Amino acid sequence: MSRLARWFAEHWVMGVALLVLGYLFLPIAVVAALSFNRPSSRLSYDFNEFTLDNWRNPCATSDMCDAVLRSVQIGFLATVAATVLGTLMAFALARHRFRGRSGLNVLIFLPMATPELVMGTSLLALFVSGGVPLGFWTIVIAHVMFCVSFVVVTVKARLSGMDRRLEEAAMDLYASEWQTFRRITLPLVLPGIVAAALLAFSLSFDDFIITNFNSGTTVTFPMYVWGAAQRGIPPQVNVIGTAMFGVALLLVLATSLRGRRARRATIVPAPAQGNGRP
Amino acid sequence: MSALAHVPIGSGQSASPPPAARSGRYRLLPYLLLLPGAAWLVLFFAVPLVQLAAASLYDPTGSISTGYVLTWAFDNYPTALRAYWPQFARSFLYAGIALVLALLMGYPLAYAIAQKAGRWKNLLLVCVIAPMFTSFLVRTLAWKTILSDNGWLVGLLRDVHLLGPDGRLLATPIAVVLGLTYNFLPFLVLPLYASLERLDYRLLEASSDLYASPLKTFRRVTLPLSMPGLIAGTLLFFIPATGDYINAELLGTPNEYMIGNVIDSAFLVRLDYPQGAALSFLLMSTILAVVFVYLRRAGTEEVL
Repeated sequence: MSRLARWFAEHWVMGVALLVLGYLFLPIAVVAALSFNRPSSRLSYDFNEFTLDNWRNPCATSDMCDAVLRSVQIGFLATVAATVLGTLMAFALARHRFRGRSGLNVLIFLPMATPELVMGTSLLALFVSGGVPLGFWTIVIAHVMFCVSFVVVTVKARLSGMDRRLEEAAMDLYASEWQTFRRITLPLVLPGIVAAALLAFSLSFDDFIITNFNSGTTVTFPMYVWGAAQRGIPPQVNVIGTAMFGVALLLVLATSLRGRRARRATIVPAPAQGNGRP
Repeated sequence: MSALAHVPIGSGQSASPPPAARSGRYRLLPYLLLLPGAAWLVLFFAVPLVQLAAASLYDPTGSISTGYVLTWAFDNYPTALRAYWPQFARSFLYAGIALVLALLMGYPLAYAIAQKAGRWKNLLLVCVIAPMFTSFLVRTLAWKTILSDNGWLVGLLRDVHLLGPDGRLLATPIAVVLGLTYNFLPFLVLPLYASLERLDYRLLEASSDLYASPLKTFRRVTLPLSMPGLIAGTLLFFIPATGDYINAELLGTPNEYMIGNVIDSAFLVRLDYPQGAALSFLLMSTILAVVFVYLRRAGTEEVL
């Protein structure tokens, strides 16, 4: 009995944790299941009959694929712009002293702590009073705005965790500033920049609230789902949801595998290769 | 050789400030790096907030077609609040209940991953983030299926008489709170995990060696040491949950509407900009006030 009690005392936390993980995954399982569903009616959310049709023609409802494509375009533009702007700011914050540093930190922190609702409505107020027509480009502007802060934070974390002595060693060995940046700094910071870009893309692709206020008649994927929720969701939405989940999971697993291999390579000395370079 | 490497001669020299000849360029460089990003944030984050404040004081009799005049109509605030205080209060109530539920689920989860998972740590961490890979709206719609009147969950709860024969989950406050808890749980778990991961297990052992009960160890050692993560996590959960209206719209009925639903319709359906702006500004100020009081009570200001 006391052994049972001890086992329970040791493992109940893990038990609760696994139950919570189950709660987190339950809707994902439902989305995956519904992607193979032939719904009995347009407004029905219940599982009816197994079919592969949705996966065979994911674009059966062409508006949805247009919306997905538009979300990808917006996500791409917003990611590129936010990553460039945010990375430059991260370098300035991590590497330089300058006046107004604390004010800038507040400016970067606030968008992450402000409810999306407030950011969306305030941008709308600005665009309307400035007479800016709402559409594709106002969405891009808004997405860059809320992605920048996340890029700064991610890249800055990578930069401040970096060993400055590596750059100093390169300079001591007569590398020019540009060479040091190209050959030492950039390769070391790159994983942080890639992570920031992926984060920015997923934030942009999934954003609904800010987009909803600033989109005019332009329809992104979340906007399409929102509109369809009133008229009846085509099952292909679940195909997109499941596919997104799969692609993102593969990306994460691939990067973590690469990270593990890189770590192993640093522990076990790699065979000499290309050491003849000056 | 290795002893030499530790003498910081070389690094000491190059760590000194750059030569004076370059200092002019170096003084300008940070500003050049910052300018585009900071300008973007000022132009599209800070200025719009001012514009929102101005819009909340517009003459309420104007319209988009006739144009708005800034008349410093402070009356917009009490008028809007009188009309929509139930939705306003409901936002904070639902987000608060969801926060308590999320803490009850999220703390054990973060603790188990940080201290008990061993070599499964990274995999479990991916499992916490993975549900967010699917679109927010699609996930929320999946709850509509799970909670639906002819779903297995409602059937089960009716069979064990936790729900009456006509009892339902969808379109009730329970569904909305459950959706809020679900959608923002990872934001609570991740900072909490980061704090608990740094927790030295030997401190917990020392505490129990000194005859503290598990509960006392938790209260006196684990909880205080995880405070920074707990504070960051509760804020990251509470702020978006209060401003959310997707869960209330998809899983609830107008009886469960939160302030977000009202603001959304003020801006996009009723086109009553002064009222929408007033409510939006009120929401932000209230959240800021709650956060400020909370941080003072929690006694840690290092999170900001």
